[in-house]
Amino acid sequence: MVGSMRFVVNGRAVEVATEPDALLVHVLRNDLGLVGTRCGCCDGRCGSCTIIIDGAPHRACMMPMSAIAGRRVETVEGLAHDDQWHPLQQALIEAGIGQCGFCLSGIMMRAKALLEKNPRASRRQIAAFLDGNLCRCGAHPRVLNALVAAGRAMAEARGA
Amino acid sequence: MTKPLSTESLESYPQIVQWVSFDADGCVRLRSGKVEIGQGIATALVQMAAEELDIAPERCRLIAGNTSESPDEGMTTSSKSVEVGGTTLRLAASAARHVLLAEAAKLLQAAPEQLSVSDGAILRDGEPTDLTYWTLAPAVDLAVPVRDHAAPKAKSAHRLVGTSLPRLDMPVKLKGAGGFIQDLKLPGLLHARVLRPPSPSARLVSADFTGVETMPGVLGVVVDGSFVGIVAETEMQALAALARAGGMARWSNPPPAPADPIAAVAANDGAPQLVHDTGDVGSVAGTRISLTASRPHISHASIGLSCALAQWSDAGVTVLSSTQGVYPLRGALAMVLGIAPEQVTVVHVPGAGAYGHNGADDVALDAALLARAFRGRPVRVLWQREDEIASAPTGSAMVTTAEATIGADGRIAALSVDVASQPHGRRPGRSGGANLLAAEHLAKPFPPPPAEDIPPGRGGGADRNAVPLYRIPNVRVAKRIATHLPYRTSSLRGLGHYINIFALECLMDDVADALGQDPLALRLAHLEDARARHVLSRVAELAGWPGEAADDRALGLGFAQYKNRSAYCAVAAEVVLADDIRVPRAWAVVDAGEAINPDGIANQIEGGMVQALSWTLKEAVRFDGERITTRDWESYPILHFSEVPEITVEIVEADALRPLGVGEASLGPMAAAVGNAIKRASGVRLTALPLTRDGLAAAFV
Repeated sequence: MVGSMRFVVNGRAVEVATEPDALLVHVLRNDLGLVGTRCGCCDGRCGSCTIIIDGAPHRACMMPMSAIAGRRVETVEGLAHDDQWHPLQQALIEAGIGQCGFCLSGIMMRAKALLEKNPRASRRQIAAFLDGNLCRCGAHPRVLNALVAAGRAMAEARGA
Repeated sequence: MTKPLSTESLESYPQIVQWVSFDADGCVRLRSGKVEIGQGIATALVQMAAEELDIAPERCRLIAGNTSESPDEGMTTSSKSVEVGGTTLRLAASAARHVLLAEAAKLLQAAPEQLSVSDGAILRDGEPTDLTYWTLAPAVDLAVPVRDHAAPKAKSAHRLVGTSLPRLDMPVKLKGAGGFIQDLKLPGLLHARVLRPPSPSARLVSADFTGVETMPGVLGVVVDGSFVGIVAETEMQALAALARAGGMARWSNPPPAPADPIAAVAANDGAPQLVHDTGDVGSVAGTRISLTASRPHISHASIGLSCALAQWSDAGVTVLSSTQGVYPLRGALAMVLGIAPEQVTVVHVPGAGAYGHNGADDVALDAALLARAFRGRPVRVLWQREDEIASAPTGSAMVTTAEATIGADGRIAALSVDVASQPHGRRPGRSGGANLLAAEHLAKPFPPPPAEDIPPGRGGGADRNAVPLYRIPNVRVAKRIATHLPYRTSSLRGLGHYINIFALECLMDDVADALGQDPLALRLAHLEDARARHVLSRVAELAGWPGEAADDRALGLGFAQYKNRSAYCAVAAEVVLADDIRVPRAWAVVDAGEAINPDGIANQIEGGMVQALSWTLKEAVRFDGERITTRDWESYPILHFSEVPEITVEIVEADALRPLGVGEASLGPMAAAVGNAIKRASGVRLTALPLTRDGLAAAFV
């Protein structure tokens, strides 16, 4: 049954009319217009729809709205502020990243969850953490180089 | 060699205005038939045109793949987008510049050499004038031949070409602000899903979908023969209806198919087609060394789901699609829909990387069929993950046998190659068929005609790169195409190049071993082309060849010139044999002729190496005789982040006059380098792709 549900997306309180078993990925993309969260398989295996809920990475295609009420959701659209790239985006741009670019939203969000806790994570640790995020173009080497640099920038930004 | 002043595209569309025009808002409208498929082509094309026009790249408005206004350049395939599409825009932009500057010279009563251009503004002796391209263009006839006016800049004058201009399409994608066909929103958009048969050749037996049509938001269940589609107001409603309808459909069992598709391909009795025959292979005596390599069917396995939008009006239908060929798709859609091609407009919108002929065209027909039932409203169809692997075309299983004969002088005197495969060319319109999945399922079906393979003149299909670049006096290459097998195959990145280079380059190492020679030295002894020799020697140097081959670790080499006429690429890979086969490091040296965007080239080469490594170590579409059993990312695994090597790419610019296609150049060399490194580390020659630890263990027994 459709009901009203409140939660926070990228720091903004939102209210949507939704079925409790509707999936977060569809609500983000279709109801809130946040199409940066991609849907690559919708069965929890590719990581394209990775978002952050209360600081931890989750797959939006496996997340029913009933589990979202009152929680804080971060999506790729929340990374940049006032035309200022987030260090993750900046590092990816500087690494000449991207072929098709479809997987990058999910990769950035999963990496953000790791690097905010451990900005000095090694290339190998980052790779292991990203194993559930698939990329088909083979952008991995550049992504990893960029994420190591992004972690450094994030550490410096907070004076760590 | 001078720069060519024409291309195959200019033969069909000779006029400047067919490629370049000037919009009143200060932008330059570039039209191209070559589309962005994740390879960065939109950036390289803009770079080449903006260079000739001396304008900022941001002023370019690229209209790529739109049947209502862009030229028909066929398919965006075969690593030809820069070679042909880019060169065409370069010539057209150069011609536009010269025609407009001639007019400016007349108006200013200046000599042409006094004039220059700064971001579209005309300068006289370096000083501003009140003329710009945009003030000049309305009075100038651009419906004149490109070839009469094109005089592209010398390389020394380039400021934009040859630099690593960042990808123009990436900022919007990094922001998450759209950029993909899956993200499009149109007013009144309806959401649809297609209920696919469990196998493309299964048919609908019973079709009672009572109850589905009355589900909330469901506007209709469209049934036409064995084609079943559900249209709803929202995506969630469409998915709920699909789940329910799936349990209600009864499908026939498809006709049985051979359970071992590789054996079926190998055993096919298609008449051998001779694609190359020099000297007399049969008459050469000597020691024979042979190798038979096989690969399974491989899925394109795009990370995105195939998507298309369609909307009907009185004038016909407009289809938004990530197809690699808007004109061939338009023709195929018109055939199936029973209307004139002019009534179909196909507009390209980028999707996720496709790597060849995946479901992008099929889903366009799905959308057109379903939108026909709801005239006036746009309908969006999105596939399911299992459709991508089990319903879309796959790259064919292949078996390549290569046999070398060593002469008394210790050189390779003869080489024969036999390639067995299903066809690689079943794109829309080929062989006169629609070649669209839903077309096979309609009550009035359009079954795919017997497909032909791609002819050698277009780089070959199964036989791509089966003719060695090595200098061997007697060479015979033939292919046998299995046209009767039920597996749905078409073009996958590189076509036969991947396995043929794997086979040939592994054979080179085996010959070197038999002769007690260094594999690099053997290759160089058989190569006359200086550019080929250079990339090989240089990659060996970068990787520290030959290194020390130990029980568990070694380097391997692989080399090809893509299609024997595009980019040269040599790869070295380091293999470590542990619990599984690991490739921690790899190096590539590429000679792509004139490097338009060096970082774009490196990106394509790296990506090709990673994708080829995934094919080489992991990937296989599996069948149970009736249907594909690999239907998700778990049963069809691809390479993960922690399995990806650190990669070094070096670009050599040997012939600055002409760019050579790179998109598919590193696939075969990477596979061969890995196969050869495994042999140097273990002594075992693995020939059945994918190469696995289990395969290695079996070979030890």
